[in-house]
Amino acid sequence: MSESRPHVGLFVTCLVDLFRPSVGFAAVALLERAGCNVAVPAAQTCCGQPAFNSGDRADARAIAAQVIEAFDGFDYIVAPSGSCSGMLSKHYPELFADDPAMRARAEAFAARTHELISFLVDIRGMDAVEAHYDGRVAYHDSCSSLREMKVRAQPRALLDTVAGLAREELAFSETCCGFGGTFCVKYPDISNKMVGDKCDDIAATGADTVLAGDMGCLMNIAGKLKRRGSAIQARHVAEVLAGMTDTPAIGEPEG
Amino acid sequence: MQESRTRNFIGNAREALDDGNLQQALDKMKSGFVERRLEARARLPEFDDIRDQAREIKNHTLANLDYYLERFERKVTEEGGQVHWCATPEDARQAILKICRDLDAKTVTKGKSMIGEEIGLNDFFEENGIEPIETDLGEYIIQLRREAPSHIIAPAIHVLKHQVAEAFYETHDQFDPDRPLEEPRALLDEAREVLRQKFIDADVGITGANFLIAETGTSVIVTNEGNGDLTQTIPKAHVVIASLEKVVPTLEDATTISRVLARSATGQEYSVYTTFSTGPRRPEDPDGPEQYHVILLDNGRSKMVGSEYQEMLRCIRCGACLNHCPVYGSIGGHAYGWVYPGPMGSVLTPSLIGVDEAGHLPNASSFCGRCEEVCPMRIPLPKMMRHLREREFDGKTGPATMRTGIKMWAFYAKRPWLYHALAKLKFRVLGAFGRRKGRFRRLPGGAGWTAHRDFPAPQAGGTFQAQWSARGGKRSVDA
Ligand code: SF4
Repeated sequence: MSESRPHVGLFVTCLVDLFRPSVGFAAVALLERAGCNVAVPAAQTCCGQPAFNSGDRADARAIAAQVIEAFDGFDYIVAPSGSCSGMLSKHYPELFADDPAMRARAEAFAARTHELISFLVDIRGMDAVEAHYDGRVAYHDSCSSLREMKVRAQPRALLDTVAGLAREELAFSETCCGFGGTFCVKYPDISNKMVGDKCDDIAATGADTVLAGDMGCLMNIAGKLKRRGSAIQARHVAEVLAGMTDTPAIGEPEG
Repeated sequence: MQESRTRNFIGNAREALDDGNLQQALDKMKSGFVERRLEARARLPEFDDIRDQAREIKNHTLANLDYYLERFERKVTEEGGQVHWCATPEDARQAILKICRDLDAKTVTKGKSMIGEEIGLNDFFEENGIEPIETDLGEYIIQLRREAPSHIIAPAIHVLKHQVAEAFYETHDQFDPDRPLEEPRALLDEAREVLRQKFIDADVGITGANFLIAETGTSVIVTNEGNGDLTQTIPKAHVVIASLEKVVPTLEDATTISRVLARSATGQEYSVYTTFSTGPRRPEDPDGPEQYHVILLDNGRSKMVGSEYQEMLRCIRCGACLNHCPVYGSIGGHAYGWVYPGPMGSVLTPSLIGVDEAGHLPNASSFCGRCEEVCPMRIPLPKMMRHLREREFDGKTGPATMRTGIKMWAFYAKRPWLYHALAKLKFRVLGAFGRRKGRFRRLPGGAGWTAHRDFPAPQAGGTFQAQWSARGGKRSVDA
């Protein structure tokens, strides 16, 4: 292992795995361009948030232990999601509060875990990408990226180096889009009000594309935009930064 | 105790979302509080340091709560006042009633107090033939409308100006029915005129307290209208109603916490009035009440000390968590169904009236984390809501379908090989049905989602894991 080419284990996230594999490949491409050796441990499923946030601590712990084990030996663990990387780095340690040995492992694991875009910029020093995207984009901050992982300037800085791209700022950019994991199906009416307001704010920027670093928000926002018949496209920010935008946007038909 | 409508949270929320006036009022508050707090914060570079100090003051106080409460009582007694220890709302109501009866009170003026709401004081007064008069403008408006407050610092935030005018036309029949009441100034002047005589006539004045200071036996209120001062100085008795976690050790501590209170609440450096009351009128005082009482309410709080919910007792009721909460911003305060709305209510309400009654509240959060970010007392609200969810999950009191769903999902998530096989299958099924259109308008079992949104279909080509295997991608550090 050489210091200059660190080993990165990609935490794919369950939503990328199932719904949008292209985000995983975009993440791999960006990480390789940033000089990393990337591997994808097979023994990963989900970060455990659905259990953790539903009050099922026992299952959340079991899943956390499994993830920590699967990523043993990597210099870094990187996820294309603020929400999942937040779970891994902020909440895994607290799950083992009463188990000092596991807690120490979880803390070491947490310290090596990063959200994709902030990893590229803050750890790998990336300050520009070679990509092209013709469009006006609005970047949506996911709550966990913004508040747990302190991601705000990094994606904007990289987006501003994409050729052909004009960036718009959203009003109320710190307000949640209403996804919230199981929240959006347990309290659909409230969630709908929140995502409706978010879509109004997106439309008001005049952007043709909305980007974010979390598939949960993106599926929620894309789903609402499409239900309204809006032409605004939703994509993960990694796709644009990697220049991999030949796939249909989220919720759009193939070909 | 005020009756709870929290079990019907989903229905309450639905009603709130359909209420055009309420939505208009909520829309108006969307940016004001938030921007003013940000500006106030920017003007005080040490804001975050003071938050840390404030947290430490309360942590220290809560760790020595019995000591400081007894000290407070001793000082109040020395100053000629009286502390009434009340375990339950009923104890508090009876203690207040006795004070009023002894003075043969007919009318009682009241400053804003959430404890008054918690113990259902106004209804109780009316049942006992005593007329309560709210003197805070917001509280006065909702008293006329016979409603509960919808916000802990802005009780009538849900009421539009024209609705205030309607309430005034309806109840103030001593005035010309054709008088103009479009301007806020006109409303204010009219309220002032009505209230002036009430201040003078009242036999007892009741206020809440933002702080109780142990070293001096002083109660402190923080207000913007000055109504509190008239409420507590003119009548024969001043009755302070406060819950026990309001105590702080010293005057210095109270001022430290005040520095983050108004800034977090309204974005003011300080509220217009910060009023300190110590004991009844002394011989040399030009005015003041003959009696000074403090009703010290527990109502379940002492049980929170030492529990996972102890940190909630640091709350200074600034309302910042409500002002920044997207759920509160969508449905307003009444939908929460009990005294305390918003994130602080989602923790406090189930702690005080039980998870069985208020189980919805800690669940109805997207965990966006903004409440914790803005809370001046650094209360980890989402973490405590999660604890409450755990209590519900472990106690099996939540919806059974949710439990079973999570348990089934976790069964697979704990078995990667099975999980990936199932993911492939889901991918094929969802893909086959949805890919042509790119999304679903309806999904079996997914009505919660598809009632309002389309559900994006998976991309072509198989799951990421399947594609990665097919490409022979690296699986470990050395392979
Ligand atoms: S929980 Fe924090 S933000 Fe909310 S009212 Fe209490 S002190 Fe203010």
